[in-house]
Amino acid sequence: MDFLDMFLNIGFWAATIRMATPLIFGTLGELICERAGVLNLGIEGIMTTGAMVAWMWVYQGGDLWSAVLVAMIFGMLFGLLHSWFSVYMGLSQHVTGIGITMLSMALSYYSFRMLLPGVTTPPKIEPFENYAVPLLSDIPVLGEAMFNQSPLTYLAFILVGVVAYILYRTPAGLAVRMVGENPMAVEVQGIDVYRVRTAAVMLGSGLMAIGGAFLTISVFDAFYFDMVNGRGWICVALVIFASWRPGKALLGAVLFAAFDAIQIRVQQSSSTLIPYQFYLMMPYVFSILALIIMSRKAAYPKALLVPFRRGQR
Amino acid sequence: MLLEPRQHTPLWMTISAPIIAVAIVLILSGGLIAWAGAPLLDSYIALIVGAFGSKFAIAETLVRATPLILTGLAAAVAFRAKLWNIGGEGQLYAGALAVTYFGTGLIELPSFLMIPFLFFVGAVAGGLLLLFPALLKTKLKVDEVVTTLLLNFVVLLFANYLLFGPWKDPMAMGWPQGAPVIEQGILENLVAKTRLHAGLIFSVLAAVCMWLVMSKTKWGLEIRAVGHNQDAAKFAGIPINKTIIRTALISGGLAACAGVTEVAGTKEYLTLDISPGFGYTGIAVAMLAGLNPLGVILAALFFAGIYNGADSMSRAMNVSNYIADVITAGSLLMVMLAVMLTRMRIRLKG
Repeated sequence: MDFLDMFLNIGFWAATIRMATPLIFGTLGELICERAGVLNLGIEGIMTTGAMVAWMWVYQGGDLWSAVLVAMIFGMLFGLLHSWFSVYMGLSQHVTGIGITMLSMALSYYSFRMLLPGVTTPPKIEPFENYAVPLLSDIPVLGEAMFNQSPLTYLAFILVGVVAYILYRTPAGLAVRMVGENPMAVEVQGIDVYRVRTAAVMLGSGLMAIGGAFLTISVFDAFYFDMVNGRGWICVALVIFASWRPGKALLGAVLFAAFDAIQIRVQQSSSTLIPYQFYLMMPYVFSILALIIMSRKAAYPKALLVPFRRGQR
Repeated sequence: MLLEPRQHTPLWMTISAPIIAVAIVLILSGGLIAWAGAPLLDSYIALIVGAFGSKFAIAETLVRATPLILTGLAAAVAFRAKLWNIGGEGQLYAGALAVTYFGTGLIELPSFLMIPFLFFVGAVAGGLLLLFPALLKTKLKVDEVVTTLLLNFVVLLFANYLLFGPWKDPMAMGWPQGAPVIEQGILENLVAKTRLHAGLIFSVLAAVCMWLVMSKTKWGLEIRAVGHNQDAAKFAGIPINKTIIRTALISGGLAACAGVTEVAGTKEYLTLDISPGFGYTGIAVAMLAGLNPLGVILAALFFAGIYNGADSMSRAMNVSNYIADVITAGSLLMVMLAVMLTRMRIRLKG
């Protein structure tokens, strides 16, 4: 396999951008939650729910954009559940998050089986078509890789800017960052810590669900069990890699996707040398390495994992 | 809304809280069963009969409870020290891999040595697997939740590689499975014509041992102290990092023993589906048990019963057996809430 060839290949870059998309949604969503001081380990399950619900919506005759909205609403509902347990009740965010993942995944699979009993080969839907941005898509190489993508991919990239703007330039963003750093100080300002955290977790979970929806209504045209396949956990690692910054989250997601795209191509060309399982391991090993490298300068939001109780220190 | 600590918790409340929580979950899941169009009462009866209704059903439930007791113990011990070990699944497979490596002909010992040896190498493999994230936690402050989780995928892929590659049993007619465990390494059958094996006795003994360790020894005290309040533990002269490492070795070892019982007892050879998520269900088991090692036995029996019962209910009533996962996850969340409410009182005006 000639690496130079691969890096000059438009298909490679297009695949990288495509594979980065669900990770961008998930990582941004997790980042918003954690910035508000709430670790959301429900992400893997919420992405699964988003994937299932969006697909089912389209399969039952709904249109694609309303499917995105429906996925987001379901994600937000699980976000509400998570914040009720972890924010209002102050339960361990680790364990409630795992519980949310288990519950949302089980409910999605159960509902899928219920709505489509006895189906062996997953039926298909008509997914989002790529949209070539006029003019920009005419740029050689870059244009074709970047600007001939699913509309959801553009949405993901735009959201990075929007989330960064909201977090750093608006009072709401300041409130979110403050409740993640020093909830007592926010409370003194007369802002309801519980509500800010709940809103952040709901919004973040909504984005995660869109990331899952991207898989079923943009990349694949069917819903498979286990199709999220650990992407949610990768997003949790990417947030730390990104030091809780949206711009770096984008960078991390694209780097990671590039790595994944390389892995697939190398695997196809020289599968006889190294068994394919080792290539599949790489994303996870890479995540762990990223965590180790970034741990030195990890600046956790100071109130992350700390339940806030009014009138208590 | 405000939460304030209760002055004291009445005993009846401590006992009834998890029971009420589970009852609420069962009522709520009734909605899903009704959605499937199955009659509720008959469905629940089918579930109970499928779990405990015959000698065969009871044996199958005990078979399923065996690894759940061990993964539940693994989570309970680690969570006591606030070491969030979510890697039970990976550690289970590490134990299973160790058994397949040592137990399929590499070493031959008489039974009374071979079986303890297999548990030992399994536990070492699982302990070492959790040692790595524990070291990252103590030395570099890398969050162990993510690392233990990611390692689950790595270990499973590694097992996948071995079973499709060098460890594939040529006698298995193309199925990806390991060579059979040699006769001396097989856990003895307890009841004829059932799959019940001596792994159950091992796991119950492990639960009793862990209960003794956690409640009666200095080790247990240190583990609980570190989990309760690290600053206070440090002030009292407890070596925090050493305690966390020690907890990791015990926890990883226990989860790995679940892999040992499945390979050397239930299946008698390694496949990639020896665990339908025992590592993750162990978390729910531990929470339902209130992190109490003896409670883990009961909680594991409950979840094993739910899984087996749901299987037979789904066959009889045409309800998807994912209902069992819904009940498990719902119980995990509701029991956490119920236990918290026994310690805290909700004040609506605040």
